[in-house]
This record gives sequence, C-alpha cells and structure tokens, in this order.
Amino acid sequence: MSRAPPRVFLERRTYRRRRLTDAARLLPVVGLLLFLVPLLWAPDRTDTAATASTTIYVFAVWAGLIAAALLLSRRLPKPGSELNAHEGQERAE
Amino acid sequence: MIDFNVLVLVCLTYVAFLFLIAFVAEKRAERGAGGWLRSPVVYTLSLSIYCTAWTFYGAVGYAVRSGLEFVTIYLGPTLVMVGWWWVVRKLVRIGRSQRITSIADLISSRYGKSNLLGVIVTLMAVIGTTPYIALQLQSVTLSFSVFSSDVPSMVNVDDLGNTALLVAIGLALFTVLFGTRNLDANERHHGVVTAIAVEAVVKLVALLAVGIFVVWGVAAGPADIIARIEGSDIANMKLAGGRWATLIFLSAAAFLCLPRMFQVLVVENADERHLSVASWAFPLYLFLMSLFVIPIAVVGLGVLPGANPDLYVLTVPLTLGQNKLAMLSFLGGFSSATSMVIVAAIALSTMVSNHIVMPIWLNARRGGASMSGDVRNVVLLSRRLSIAAVLALGYTYFRLSGGGEALASIGLISFAGVAQVLPALLGGLFWRGATRNGAAAGLVLGFTIWAYALFLPSFGDSFLLPASVLQDGPWGISWLRPRALFGVDTLDPVVHAVFWSMTFNTVAFFAVSLLSFPAPMERLQGAQFVNVFEHSRNAPGWAQSAAEAEDLLIMSQRILGAPQAQALFQRAAQGQGKAGYLPDTTPDFVEILERELAGSVGAATAHAMVGQITGGAAVSVEDLMAVADETAQMLEYSSQLKAKSDELGRTARQLRDANDKLTALSIQKDAFLSQISHELRTPMTSIRAFSEILMADDGMSEADLTKFSTIIHDEAIRLTRLLDDLLDLSVLENGQVTLNWQQTDLGAVLERAFAASTSMPGARQMTIRRERGSEDVSLMTDPDRLAQVFINLITNARKYCDAEAPDLRVAVSKRGGNVMVDFIDNGSGIPLVSQSVIFEKFSRLTDHSRAGGAGLGLAICREIMARLGGSITYLPGQGGAAFRVSLPQAMAKAAE
Repeated sequence: MSRAPPRVFLERRTYRRRRLTDAARLLPVVGLLLFLVPLLWAPDRTDTAATASTTIYVFAVWAGLIAAALLLSRRLPKPGSELNAHEGQERAE
Repeated sequence: MIDFNVLVLVCLTYVAFLFLIAFVAEKRAERGAGGWLRSPVVYTLSLSIYCTAWTFYGAVGYAVRSGLEFVTIYLGPTLVMVGWWWVVRKLVRIGRSQRITSIADLISSRYGKSNLLGVIVTLMAVIGTTPYIALQLQSVTLSFSVFSSDVPSMVNVDDLGNTALLVAIGLALFTVLFGTRNLDANERHHGVVTAIAVEAVVKLVALLAVGIFVVWGVAAGPADIIARIEGSDIANMKLAGGRWATLIFLSAAAFLCLPRMFQVLVVENADERHLSVASWAFPLYLFLMSLFVIPIAVVGLGVLPGANPDLYVLTVPLTLGQNKLAMLSFLGGFSSATSMVIVAAIALSTMVSNHIVMPIWLNARRGGASMSGDVRNVVLLSRRLSIAAVLALGYTYFRLSGGGEALASIGLISFAGVAQVLPALLGGLFWRGATRNGAAAGLVLGFTIWAYALFLPSFGDSFLLPASVLQDGPWGISWLRPRALFGVDTLDPVVHAVFWSMTFNTVAFFAVSLLSFPAPMERLQGAQFVNVFEHSRNAPGWAQSAAEAEDLLIMSQRILGAPQAQALFQRAAQGQGKAGYLPDTTPDFVEILERELAGSVGAATAHAMVGQITGGAAVSVEDLMAVADETAQMLEYSSQLKAKSDELGRTARQLRDANDKLTALSIQKDAFLSQISHELRTPMTSIRAFSEILMADDGMSEADLTKFSTIIHDEAIRLTRLLDDLLDLSVLENGQVTLNWQQTDLGAVLERAFAASTSMPGARQMTIRRERGSEDVSLMTDPDRLAQVFINLITNARKYCDAEAPDLRVAVSKRGGNVMVDFIDNGSGIPLVSQSVIFEKFSRLTDHSRAGGAGLGLAICREIMARLGGSITYLPGQGGAAFRVSLPQAMAKAAE
C-alpha cells in the first residue's frame, strides 16, 4: 500500500496560508484604490445623480471590503500561532 | 415635548447604570473571571470611541455642508483595520511585549527610552486633544439646550456653561474612579472598557433607530431616500479630490496616533486574536454608523430647513413627535461624548503623569526614600490630578472659545495635529535606522508647521495671530503666509497644512535619522521593535499556565541536563503537592530555577532566559548589560588564566633548561672524577712502584737509589701541584677567593712573571720581545693573581711552542676602555676545533707526558680573570698561539 507522505500536504497548507497573509496585506491597498476611483468621476459629473450613485458605490465597496476581511480573518492563522514562528524565516528568504 | 426633569432623570439613571456596569466588570476582573470581558466583541466595541459626538451629531451636519465627504473620516480607519496585518498587528505585539502604556511611551521607548520624545508627544497630544474634549462638552451642552429651549424657565441658556461644568466634573469623577482604581502593570481598565462597550452599543442602536425611522418612517423606503437625495442640495456637491484623499489619509493616521485610540487599540488589548475579529467587525461598525447619515441629512433638510444640521439626529425625531426616539438619540450622543472624554482623559493622564509629572517628582526627590509603595501612591495621585487637569483644560477651552462655530472645525485640526506622530511611529516600527534625533526633529518641525498653518489661524483673525500676519505673512513676507506657505495658495487650508507639515516632518525625520548616529539603547530598542515577530511569540497571558512550566523544563533540560532538570521539577511539583513534572510557576519556584540555571550560565543570562518565558518581558537593557559584564569578567578571567599558563610554560622551560644543565654538570662531574682519579693514580702508581723497589732491594746502587728517590720526589711534587691546582680552582669557582686589591704597574707584573717562569727548572730558551714603553699602565688589581695568569701563559708558550727558534711577543694595547695584553708565540698554534675547549678543565691537546700538567692551568686563568673583572680569550689568526688577557680600563684609569 502506498501512502502519500503527509509532509507535502502540510507544506501546501503552509504555502496557502502565506499567500493568504499576502492577500491580507494587499486588501487595504485594493480598498484605497477603489475608494479613490470616485475622484476620477467627480470633475466631469455635473449631473444631479453624482452624490447618490457615488454614495452607493462607496458603500458597496465598503461592504465588499468588510466581507473580504471577514473571510480572510476566518482563514488567516491567528496571531501567535505557528505561522508567526516562520515569519522570520520567510522574511529572511 | 419631554420634560426637562425627566431628561435629567433618565440621564442620571443612565450614568448610574454605567457606573454599575463598570463596577461589576471591575469586580469580575479582580476575581479573575475574564469571560465576556475579554471577548473580541468587547474589544471591537471599545474601539468605537473613535466615533465621538463629533461624528454622532456632526456627521449629519458635515453631510449637509459637504455631501459624501464625511465618509472619509470612517474610510481611513476601515483601511487601517482591514490592513491590520501590516501595522496594527505589529503595534499590538510591541505594545504587549514592551509593556507600552501610551503612544508617548511607545515613541519614547522605541527611541532609546528617551524622555525628551515622551514629553514632546505628550505636549502635542494635550494640545491636540484639549479642543476635542471641549468639542464633546459643547455637544452635550447643545443637546441639553435642545430639550431646554422650550422651557426657558427651567434652565437659562446662560446656564449651559454650568451644564458643561457639571458634565466635566461628572466625567472626571467617573474617570478617576474607574481609570485610576489600580496601578496595574499592564494598564488595563476592565470597568472602563466594559462601560465603553455598552455605550458603543447604545450609540449604534440610537443612530440606527433614527436612521430606520427616517428611511421607513418618514420616507417611503430606500428608493424614496435616493430620490430625495437627488432632489436635495447634497446631490450637486462634488467631491473635492484633494480633500477626499487627504482626509482618508488623515483619518487613517489619526486612528493610529490618537492617544485615546492607542489606549483602546493597543494598551487595553487583552489578546492579539481579538484583532482578527476586529479587522472586519470594526469596519462593519463604522459602516453601520455612517449608513444613515445622508438619509438623516436629506430628511432633516426637508423637515427642518435652516436649523442647525449638527443636531438633526436629535431634532428630527423631536420635531416629528418621536420623544422616546429622541431620548435614545440623546443618550447615544451623550454616550459618544462621555466615552471619548473618559478614554482621552485616561490616556492623557497616563502620558502626563508618566512623562512629565513623575520625572519631575523623581528629580526633585533624588536621593530620598523611594519605596515602591511610596511611588505607587504618588503615581495614582498624579494620574488623578492629571485627569482633573485635562478636563479642566477642556472646560476652560470650551468657555474661552465661547462654544461657537469655531469648535466645529476642530475635529480635523486635532486629527492633523496628532497625525504628526505618524512618521516617527511607522519609521520606528519598520526602519531600524530611525533615530531619536530624527524623530524629535520630525515631530517638532511637523507640529510647528501644523500649529502655524492650521491650529493658530483656526482661532480667527485677531486671536494669537494678528490679521496682518494671516493676510500678508509675518513681517510682510508673503511666502510665509500661514495659509499659503511657499506661495501655495490654491489648496484647501486643511490639505495645505497637512501637506506641508507631513512633508517637512517626514523629510526632517529621514534626513536627521540618516545623518545622526543612534545611542546603543536606541539601536537595541530599534531592533526589538522592528524585529518584534522574530524576538517574541504571542506574549503569554497573565495567568500562569502549564505551557510556561513546560517551556521552562525544555530550557532547563538543555542547560542542566535532562535527568537533573526533571528531578528538580519533580521535587518542586511534589513540594506544591502536585504529581508529575510540571509545577506551578510560582515566584519561589522561578527563583529557585533561576538560581540553578545561574550556576550554569551566569545570573544575568539565567534571569533573562527565565524572564523571557515567564514574564513575557523582553530582555531589559540592564539584563543585557549584566550579561555583557559577565562576559567581560569571563574574558578577563580567561586572559588571566592564559597569562598564568604562559608563566607556567616559561617556568617549565626554565626547569627543563636547569635540568639539562644539571644533567650536563653531572656528566661533567663524572668525567671530572674519572679524570682526577686518573691524574692522581698515575703519580701514585709510580711512587708506590719505586718505593716497593726501594724496600725490596737492599743491594741497590747509590745511583739507582738516587734516581728512584728522585722519581718518587718528582711524582710527589707533581701530585702536590695537582692538588694545589685543584684546590685553587675549587676556591676560585666557589667565589671564596680573597683578592688582594692594590695599585700596581702592569710592567712590573710582567717582569715578575717572566722572572718566575724563566727560573723554573727545565725551561726552554725562548726569545722574549716586549715593548716596555707601552707597558707603563697603572692598574688596580691583585698583582699576584694577575702574575699567576701571565706565568701560566708564558709557561705554556715555553712548553708548547714548537718553532725552531721559539719566540714570544707581548703586546699591550688599549681599546674600548680595556687594556689588552696579548701573548703571541710563533708556534703552530691551536687547531680551530680545539680552540673552544682549551679553557675547560683537564683539556690537554697533546701527550700527557709532554705537558707535564694536569690541564688545569687555563681553567684557573679563566677563573682568575673573571674574578679580576676581565677575561682571557684565544686570539686566532696571529701566526701562532695567541692569548689575549683583557683588563677593564676603567679600573686602570681610576687607579691613575
């Protein structure tokens, strides 16, 4: 009976977690970019719907960010768990 | 309309309820029953003090004035919390591992525990926060006035100042009661945090209730609201690009740097894991807080055109007859104001007390008794006084500013002021090269520009800054105008001030950091902060856990060896009445363990190692210095050891040399003894043989008789001479010889020597050549001994000179402070190989019989010359045997 070595699985999971922390780092940058998008509309928009549509856009992005943060925080390693121990190595790489 | 008395009653009931909550929470915490007190929900709700009365009431007013822009104030913190993995996580970890008590403490601690920076940040925080506290007092007062305006008989509007005073006093009381109950090492206030969490729920519920009422009660649902928005003035308000981006940045910076936010975000954090919940829950809270702002603003504009939009949250339900809703809204605003003031007062009082009052007090009492209990009481007192002072300052500011419109804009101005800490904060977290001087330069420059360009002009034309300065710049220098620095006059004042102050702040911070050199303490702290995740794991909870004991056991096994460590731990566990290997980490046990470990690794190291596991405290500088001291001592000790072992090596070499010498001497002694016995034996043998002949043979002829007795006589003489020589040599070698020092003339000594040697029996004829003129040298010496040397040399020349016509030349010369007397014959000389041994005892180059001596002559000469302070050497290359007798000239001169 051949059995797949469990180590490969673990490494893949660790790798996935690291990429999740990358995503967590990326999230605020994406959020900032999306929040700055209305600035590109504003100068040309003189029609009356500007505030209403911008408001809906901003709140939609906001809700999306919260949802993304919620998903990430569920899957990210908790602070102080084993991934933190590897962080020094990771940085040293 | 609500009766004002009812309002006051409800308000007091609410406050009493808060006191009760805080009290219960405090009691639970004291009992160690954390439970819901330490849940992430409470942590998230406590962060809501970000939403003050300025945002509770003011957001609607802001929306009426500037449209959607109000939302930037919430977007910044949202981004910070969503991006918690970047900054907040690190901040909290550092705060926990370094036992940080405030933002000023963080900056001070990062830059080498510099109190200068602590004072700067504290002053900035006080200046930036005082107007903000005044703003809260104003909002509470205004909300009271809304209810009292219809009953002027009850409360005079002029008495509003008194309302503010009462509120301030009440807040001070609450803060002192629950903010300075104890002086905890970790600076946590469970009661306050719980009360704030309750207030956070109240203000959220209040705002949501008003919003829901407005959307579904007044308007006909979301679609209607959107239609109303499009029909209002708000619809046409454009986003000002510069302000939009700047305010997002500013609110994000303020979220990190505001003293009260730092207090709840970092200092009151009970568990790092709460962050991952707060990362989405707090943005959600902000989202809900701002969701109904624009609907309320739009409806308010429709219901109450021309009224103060800052109070729409309160006045809209009131006008529409929803008294209970209005009451809830009032409590929400009240909660917003009070929670902010309480936490701000705690944070500021901690900073003022730790960085200003205590250093001054300790300085003043230097050398006095500083018992720990003593200091604790002083700290508590100074905290309480600081809280009172901060609130008094806020109240004074409120009265001085008149509570007018000037206060409304203070929120952003305050944000811009505290944001000046950001470069030093982030630089300190991520850049090891950041130095104390850089941080101080950035802070001072940024804060100065902020004060000049934004804070002082906010007081209006005539206050502090004259109108002429605002208009034309100081001394008429137009490019120094506060609102148009360097001629930049197209920007909004806030954007302008933030841009210049942050630019100069950051540039100064980096430039001075690059140019200056950090002190050792700064470098140490910098490394600890920047690499906090490499140095520390999740800081352990305050409760003692088995994990700690296990960690200690693992460490001890490495140091003490597994059996010893296990035995030690087992003994300790048994002593505590526990089975197994893991005792409770009581202070006693830790102390014992530390002592055990100290035996192996030194006290300081042991302390640091145990401290890292048990206390969660990072290695303090004192520990490190003690480690360094120990290391230095060990180095010194080992260098001493090295010196000693070098010395031992030298001694061993000397002993070896001495041993070699002794061995050689022993061999010499053996050779000498065998020589001497041989020398003695030869004449003795012939004496015995001839005396036996004389005894045995009676009929011996006279001639034979004479011959034999002569032989016996000669041999006896030879024996005597040999013994004389031996005795002489022995005396000379042992230094027992007594020299007869006297003034004499070299020529006379030579004369005597020649006379004596010529008179010897059987002396061969020899030509003597002397230069009598040069022999006239006066000497201080022993003439008999010197003559003995000369006689020996002359006799040797007579004996061994193998020339046809023997010839001895005596040459006297003076060279280099010495008098040289050379005896040079014209024989074949001494072969090179023998030249080194001729001065040794019993060294004879030729046949024994021919020499007729024991071979001690030159050895005696050498000893004599050594005693006389001179030397005798063989002089090669003179065409024959040549000996040089050298006498010290100094002695000769002294004699002249």
